[in-house]
Parts: sequence; structure tokens; C-alpha cells
Amino acid sequence: MKGRITVQLKAGVLDVEGTAIARALGSLGFTASEVRVGRVFEVELGPEVANDPAGAALVLTDMARKLLANPVMERFEVEVLDGASGAA
Amino acid sequence: MRFAVISFPGSNCDDDCVRVVREVLGHDAYKVRHDVHDLDRPDVVLVPGGFSFGDYLRCGAIARFSPVMTDVAAFAGRGGPVVGICNGFQILTEAGLLPGALRRNVCLSFICEDRHVAVEGRSTPLTRGLSGEVLRIPIAHNEGNYCADEETLARLEGDGRVVFRYVAPDGRRSPEANPNGAANDIAGICNERGNVVGLMPHPERCAEPLLGNTDGRRLFDALLAAGADGGSR
Repeated sequence: MKGRITVQLKAGVLDVEGTAIARALGSLGFTASEVRVGRVFEVELGPEVANDPAGAALVLTDMARKLLANPVMERFEVEVLDGASGAA
Repeated sequence: MRFAVISFPGSNCDDDCVRVVREVLGHDAYKVRHDVHDLDRPDVVLVPGGFSFGDYLRCGAIARFSPVMTDVAAFAGRGGPVVGICNGFQILTEAGLLPGALRRNVCLSFICEDRHVAVEGRSTPLTRGLSGEVLRIPIAHNEGNYCADEETLARLEGDGRVVFRYVAPDGRRSPEANPNGAANDIAGICNERGNVVGLMPHPERCAEPLLGNTDGRRLFDALLAAGADGGSR
């Protein structure tokens, strides 16, 4: 079972990197009123949650809470990916 | 007095801290590896600057899970003075020993230059007797932009727990004096009890005449004075 965790700065937190990227996009002629930068973690999970999407989601959430996201400034989303099809 | 300086893989100011304590102050300092559980009865714990674990994930995010950090937390819990400098400050926030977080500088670049900070707020082992002083201390960081939610900021301010603030050389606050976008111009804070202090500037880099600036030594002297009064733990 595979999982994906996406971590981003919280909505109220100024994303200085995103702001710089939005400006760069603008200089290329694109219209991007806001860009938020995030990080994606793809995790191959262990056998204990094989065929257990609910259990996998709990493990991913625990990983995000304990290490991958800093709750002071970041929020996260988890997705459980079915290893066979690659779809959530 | 005995100073334990914690060494993580990627710490690079640990030797500077040891040097200041030994050569400048004439006291005992020794490094403690990240993967041991023995602080060896220090009077002060310094969590030095650098790039622990390559700053992977977030600055300090991996270092906080090092075995030695449980001992640092226990030492802090007993009221022992713990000072986190730069990456050390980041590690202490990730470890939950100090509130808030340090984000990327607003300018998106690494800043390495002298900055002025005002010492204020309540008395801590690091700042005792220095309240109201403006010190010139170098900063060197990419993630020094202190942030916390409004409630936490209000509590820090209300309780006098902002102990270093970026200011102009004359002590006045201004947007230009804030190098990194830190909320309320915060350069350093302490915990509720006042014994854990984190700051972005590097006092160990300006503690001897050879380096052209001894403002940092005043903070180390304050630690010695606090230790002389507080006794060992």
C-alpha cells in the first residue's frame, strides 16, 4: 500500500516563495494571482496496513502530525494510493 | 561551570561555543553527541548553530528526535538553563521546548551580517542584567523568520518572553531593522519558566577582541553569573 502526503503552509501564512514564483510567472506573461508552494511525500507503507486503506490513512496522518508537517505553520492532506492501480 | 554543547550531524558552531567557554571564559565545555543519553551533569546546555541533518525536511525537524533531546528536555524540565542559537533555536521550537516556528526569510536569501538586537523582556539566565542594552551580533541564516499564531504572540509579548528584538543601532524598531520578516521583529524568546532561550543571532561569533566585537561575551557572562547564583543541577 502506498500513500501520499501533501504539506503546505496554512492559508493565513504568507508564502514568500509562492509570491516570488507568482511574480516570475507574471513576467512570463501568465496570470497567476496566487501561488502556494507545497511538498509531496510518497510513502511505501509496511505490510501491517496491506489491504487496509483506513489503517493506511491513519498511519499517514500520524506520520504527518509527528514529523512531516509542522502544525504551527503547515497543513497537510493524506491520500491512500492503491498499489495496483495507482489511484486513490 | 560546565557547559554541554550538543553536536548533531551538520552542527557547525559547536566548536565555536566550546572555544568561547574554554578559551574566553575559562570554564569547562564539552561536546555531547546527538545519539547518546548522557549530558554528564552540565550546568548549562547549549544547542549550537549549523545545519543539523542537512536541514532536511525542515530546520531542526529531524534533530528533535535525536536521543539526546529527551535528556535536554528533562534538563530543561528541571529548570536547567538551555540556550539554542540559530539552528539550535529552530531545534528547540521543533522539539516544543519553545513556541512558534522559524520560516524562510522573507527576502528568500541567506543573510550573514551584523545586526543589532535590543535585550528586553523578563530576566533569563542569558540576558540577566542586560535589559535595555542594544547589542551588535552577527546573524547567519536562511530560516529566521519567526512566526506563531496571534494568540501565542500576544502571550509572548504580554509575559515579557520576547527577550531579543531586531532594532536599528539606536535601539529603535523599524521595518529596515528587521532582516528576515520575523513577527514583531522577534530575534529571540524564552519559555514560560524563562530557563530555555532561543535566539537567531550568534553570540559565540563575537565574544573575543580578536574578532572585533565582544558584545556576545556579555551573554556568556550573564550565563556564568546566573550559574554562580543558581547553583548546579
